[in-house]
Amino acid sequence: MEDKTYLFSPLSQAEKEAAFEHTAYAPQVSYWKDAWVRLKQNKPALFGLTTLILLIFMAIIGPFLSQYTYYETHLSLKNDPPSSAFWFGTDELGRDLFTRCWWGARISLFVGISASLIDLVIGVFFGAVAGLLGGKIEEWMMRFADVLYAIPYLLVVILLMVVIGSGILTIILALTITGWINMARIVRSQILQIKQQDYVRAAFALGASRRRVLLQHLIPNAMGPIIVTLTLTIPSAIFAEAFLSFLGLGVQAPIASWGTMANDGLPALRYYPWRLFFPATFISLTMLSFNLLGDGLRDAFDPRLKK
Amino acid sequence: MTQYLAKKAAILIGSLFLVTTLTFFLMHSIPGDPFVQDKAIPEEILKALHKHYGLDQPLYIQYGKYLDGVLHFELGPSFKYEGRTVNEIIADGFPVSFYLGMEALIIAVFGGIVLGSIAALNHMRWQDHMTMIIAVIGISVPSFILATFLQYLLAMKLDLLPVARWGTFSQTIMPAISLAALPMAFIARLTRANMVEVMQQDYIQTAKSKGLNSFQIVVRHAIRNALMPVVTYLGPLTAAVMTGSFAIEKIFGIPGLGQWFVTSITNRDYTVIMGTTIFYSAILMLCVFIVDLLYCLIDPRIQLKQEIDGR
Amino acid sequence: MNRRIASGLVISLLFTGCTKTDKTYRPTSQELRLNLHSEPPTLDPRKATDTVSVSILNLCFEGLTRRTPDGKVIPAVAESFEISPDKKTYTFILRDAKWSDGKPITAHDFEMTWKTMLDPSFPCEFASDLYIIKNARIAKSNLGSLNEVGIQAVDDKTLIVQLEHPVPYFLDALATHSFFATPTHITTTYPNWTDAHYVGNGNFVLKEWRHRDTILLEKNPQYWDRENIKLERVTFALIEDESTELTMYENGELDWAGYPLSNLPTEALPSLEKQGKLHNFAISGTYYYVFNTKEFPFTNANIRKAFSLAINRRSIVDNVTQMKQIPAMSLVPPTIWNVTPYFKDNDLAEARRLFELGLQELGITASDLPPLHLSYNTVVGHHKIAQAIQEQWHQAFGVQVKLENKEWKVFLDELTHHKFQIARMGGLANVNDPMTFLDYYRYLSNSNNLAQWSNLKFTQLLDEADVTLDEAKRFTLLREAEKVFIDEMPIAPIYFYNGNYLKKSYVKGIHLSDLNNLDLKWAYVELNDTVSR
Repeated sequence: MEDKTYLFSPLSQAEKEAAFEHTAYAPQVSYWKDAWVRLKQNKPALFGLTTLILLIFMAIIGPFLSQYTYYETHLSLKNDPPSSAFWFGTDELGRDLFTRCWWGARISLFVGISASLIDLVIGVFFGAVAGLLGGKIEEWMMRFADVLYAIPYLLVVILLMVVIGSGILTIILALTITGWINMARIVRSQILQIKQQDYVRAAFALGASRRRVLLQHLIPNAMGPIIVTLTLTIPSAIFAEAFLSFLGLGVQAPIASWGTMANDGLPALRYYPWRLFFPATFISLTMLSFNLLGDGLRDAFDPRLKK
Repeated sequence: MTQYLAKKAAILIGSLFLVTTLTFFLMHSIPGDPFVQDKAIPEEILKALHKHYGLDQPLYIQYGKYLDGVLHFELGPSFKYEGRTVNEIIADGFPVSFYLGMEALIIAVFGGIVLGSIAALNHMRWQDHMTMIIAVIGISVPSFILATFLQYLLAMKLDLLPVARWGTFSQTIMPAISLAALPMAFIARLTRANMVEVMQQDYIQTAKSKGLNSFQIVVRHAIRNALMPVVTYLGPLTAAVMTGSFAIEKIFGIPGLGQWFVTSITNRDYTVIMGTTIFYSAILMLCVFIVDLLYCLIDPRIQLKQEIDGR
Repeated sequence: MNRRIASGLVISLLFTGCTKTDKTYRPTSQELRLNLHSEPPTLDPRKATDTVSVSILNLCFEGLTRRTPDGKVIPAVAESFEISPDKKTYTFILRDAKWSDGKPITAHDFEMTWKTMLDPSFPCEFASDLYIIKNARIAKSNLGSLNEVGIQAVDDKTLIVQLEHPVPYFLDALATHSFFATPTHITTTYPNWTDAHYVGNGNFVLKEWRHRDTILLEKNPQYWDRENIKLERVTFALIEDESTELTMYENGELDWAGYPLSNLPTEALPSLEKQGKLHNFAISGTYYYVFNTKEFPFTNANIRKAFSLAINRRSIVDNVTQMKQIPAMSLVPPTIWNVTPYFKDNDLAEARRLFELGLQELGITASDLPPLHLSYNTVVGHHKIAQAIQEQWHQAFGVQVKLENKEWKVFLDELTHHKFQIARMGGLANVNDPMTFLDYYRYLSNSNNLAQWSNLKFTQLLDEADVTLDEAKRFTLLREAEKVFIDEMPIAPIYFYNGNYLKKSYVKGIHLSDLNNLDLKWAYVELNDTVSR
């Protein structure tokens, strides 16, 4: 048996990997540089990126621009419309909305982005692994997600509040306990479809490891829905934070986030609309920027969109 | 096939059981008593109340009794709403929430797919930007803010629709739109994302070169393949809207099931918490299962019984 | 960008919004359309625990006595009564009144109802309202027999009640829901009678109850004084959202909005006030912050007084709650007796002096103070007041008090187990007597004594008042007790409740009471009045 000669001798693992590297991508331009160039050409995406940078910048220096703190009350000046004294007007306790908006930006942006990123990482890997592995493992993983999703969230929140107490970390924990499930489901569905594609089968046939296929084929090709879902997760997180803070789980007054301010401003919609207008506009602006940037990123990284 | 269904049913019932157990013990682990009010109740009365409702017994006995009831489809009496049973509460509220939810879903699915398709077919042109801006507003404005705004504009100022309550079709319009806004926006964006990719693929280019017009291409190929994430999203979404939205039902005074999910927890109305959770979980698992079946319909390459991808 | 233009349009729409012409609505029948702000948990008078259920009960039932619009107590189901010289035994002679199904109301109905409430196996949260009756508490605690309880129906028309001690407000109490009778022939036959066999003896009958949607009442044809009732129907919507209720009122779909069935949205109050549409009504209730007198540093009376004096109540009432409440510098509200403020509102100088004094007595400096926190439950109003007061204390003492917004039942649980330093509370009277407010603090063991405060002199004064038959003397004793109370400041009173409501001009004859009661007996709709506001 060992003496048989073959027309072709099987490659060793290392030789396989080397061959695979060369056949997978077109060489010449580096992947990342190429993506960056294409992103820059995407006007709306650039707009999104600049707006985000501006918002983060204002979140940092905004509170220092005004003479007021976010907590001092001027009860007799409550509910005043925007003026030269109070650029965004005052809230129901006479506090400066401009200062509070930028303090709120810090909370909303930090909580929104970090919770969403955590949800992204957990969700993508959970969904991708489930979708890829299939069979019993996938079944158990998805049912685990279902059970977690079905348990009444408010009960979990109250438990957290009682056991851990309120604060930023508690909120991020509360937001990420179930926040990743939506992403995981969507990623899994994409993986189920993508792994049937010929190039994926080819990659496996050529001997690529599951990890390589996952990282280099499956996930990048699911980027579209992943980014779209991420852009839904962020406002979800921002408003969930407002809801949790309202319940007493999050940042305690007098600190407020955009979501909390929007909640407070809603009953005053008919009478003092600026109290809702400013935080809601900033949330929308942030979402718009993330969406445009997200679309741009996806377009930039998708090799098949090379025009 | 029947073997597959039977196995699947067993798994679903098992998951339901797990949810029930976890919720039961979670519910009893948080502080709060169903009967305590801000005006204090004397010790002897509180004890008598607990005894009457069986709350003085050890947890595992309470749990056993409860499970026994569930198996006979009896979800128990409400602690706070004296004289009403959980079965009645669900039977009263569910049809209302279901009707409203379905209406919202139809708006969301059709509106979303159409918007998303228009955007994808006109990638990077003004139709794309316009629809995406609408989508962003839908995603970044929460349903209750939209609801209040619609109520103010359409009912109060323009007098086009009734302010609130339930009974006629026109009373369903504003709540349905408020409920549908977010899902519609998300579906639009999901549809667009996948369709943009699909439209670039070789087989589409081939179909185009063969002379099929845009519309045929879209309907036959692109939407079909873009549907995967949309259908995935629709699974839990359907379960959620069918069982009612707390905020929308509160604002419009709609006697649906949605409010019960929240108020039962605030009231520590244990039986209602359990009943609504079981009801919702059953619907959720059913919807998720149907979604899995739909995957095979949409993409025939996906098989029901997945083998572990091995080598 | 398109979005900016769109938002600009939206904003201008909103700003031009406020001057809208009201709808004109002509009432065509004696029907009153009201809104109840939540679903009544029960309509069984024996089991009612909250104001929502009680509002409907007051319309469907009537007690032995009844309150008149000017606050006097007159006989109702009882035609006449006699009080024994020691004021502990009451004999009632019932009139010939009927239940809404035509059966006669007997003294046995009263006896059965009250004894059922006191039965240890009957689930009834506020059987404690009946504890003023002789041996009632013993029976409920299963330490004595129901036969020993001081309630006796001698015959169909005669009822004798014996009390534990003289209670000057007993006739008042009989007008409240806790002492309503239920029809024995119905409750013993149908355990679930509130659903399908609802029978009462009040001004109105329950015609229909669509849960969470509508409650429909009609004039009771069997009511003994039915000639004086002018309304034919009363419908209640069950809308929980305050803004929606206000919108429906302004749209002409409701005839009344606000107190006592619900609340008006705070943000709307200044605008409604300006338009001259807002009505006010003083309520027998006090909003206050409780100090846990067993928790350091609130073990010290001067610290408590300092925190109380540093509150600017006038500012809170004018700017935060905006409901025209009266700042409270005492415990018992002005609806019950003439109030004497025991200290000055917003007395920063005195507050700071007492603060320093208290610190000295405790042997610490301000920097040694442990972290302080203020707990309240998740309601927007409490949240706003707490933020304002937090800042006031910061200004006064440089002390940063942490706010703890707690979920309702978690909040109650912490209160019951005394796990708080300062907590927000509110007390509403169910009868207009000072004792309802003072009694909570009589004994340390009273579960309503959240402050865990006790004072021998205070207890003695209350005990003496209980057996004082002369009304004026009794009030003097109670006033003394209140002074002792405020002197030690176990609570910081903030304001006395006030109700705000809107009513259409064609609605007449409705009588409110400071006890959250809506009296519709003499109400009617002016049919030829065109609505102009």
